[in-house]
Amino acid sequence: MSQTLFYLLVGAGLWLLGLHGLLCLRQPLRRIMAVNIMGSGVFMVMLALAVRPDSPDPVLQALIVTGLVVAASATALALRLASADRDRAQKTAEEGE
Amino acid sequence: MTEWLVDSGLGLALLLLAAATLYAPRLYTSVVFFMGFGLLMAIVWARLGAADLALAEAAIGAGLTGVLLMGALREHPPRTERAPRPRSLLWAALLPLAVLPLLVEAILPLSGGAQPLPAQVDAQLAYSGVSHPVTAVLLNFRSWDTLLELLVVLFALLGTRQLALSSRHPHPPWPLLLAWCRWLAPLAFLLGAYLLWRGAKAPGGAFQAGALWASAIVMLRLNGLLPTVSWRDWRLRLPALLGVTVFVLLAVATWLWGAGWLVWPPGAAKALILLVELAASVGIAITLALLVMGEDRELRP
Repeated sequence: MSQTLFYLLVGAGLWLLGLHGLLCLRQPLRRIMAVNIMGSGVFMVMLALAVRPDSPDPVLQALIVTGLVVAASATALALRLASADRDRAQKTAEEGE
Repeated sequence: MTEWLVDSGLGLALLLLAAATLYAPRLYTSVVFFMGFGLLMAIVWARLGAADLALAEAAIGAGLTGVLLMGALREHPPRTERAPRPRSLLWAALLPLAVLPLLVEAILPLSGGAQPLPAQVDAQLAYSGVSHPVTAVLLNFRSWDTLLELLVVLFALLGTRQLALSSRHPHPPWPLLLAWCRWLAPLAFLLGAYLLWRGAKAPGGAFQAGALWASAIVMLRLNGLLPTVSWRDWRLRLPALLGVTVFVLLAVATWLWGAGWLVWPPGAAKALILLVELAASVGIAITLALLVMGEDRELRP
């Protein structure tokens, strides 16, 4: 099995692990991490394709750099949404008492 | 043989760390595993020869995302969590198992496919103004992507501001940490500047530099060495908007008087790329720092 193929499979494995986590975990933080792991799997697949020894592909690498920054900003927004949701749930619970 | 051992060890460790991140019993452990996962990912990418990406992943994926998660951890008390039941773990495994053959089937042919793009990039590299192909793609051939990406980061920041509610008081810093931080932050600034400068010829560039600067700002702020960083402060807002503004102005200029939207004139390409990189890295640094720290207490009604 070549190096490219191996890392392609690792990427697919990461994506599937993330999907499993997303399906069965309830805690918002863990779900956000699960989505991030799925994203890492996608990046891994792209990178394994981008660094093939016969034809290294700068376009894919540039796309991953872009993707990394976008993923980090999306994570920041998601975390803020999660804590906003928790705050609101707490507030309604307090009002209900 | 050794190569193969290293690769399989790294790959397995990645998968194990990912699983540990997802299913660790305590949330704190999970977050620490996640940061370890990011760092290992960076090592794997460096091993695969993508130094640009390894730098970006170490700074952004492991570093800044880790700080974000740690910050969020404080707002999510762990006692609210229930462990998933074994049965639901099994049920949830059904879908990924069903998707697995499809995924493998989709991915395998990719490894042998023909690739026209690298040859095209090589052919045009001499006219791009820089000699590192990744930088050429990011800031010349596909600068549209980069412009839109800066906008996405800015929108994310504006989005988090709509939900502003964090009032994080940094803990009083520990003396050793303070001393360490005084060494580390200037080094991070210097290293960022170096990466920015080297980006034209070698791995590095605006994103890596911006991320390093952002982490230096976050580090200084967390240790209380900087005053509150907030979007309300115009001294921060201006540089945060700098990258997008310069980029859009240049795009409009090339559209009106040049060959077309974001088509750099060949003679001036190097200077323009350097200008955009400089502005973009400052913009990214401030925006990411605000996104991570985001202290907007004054917005609360």
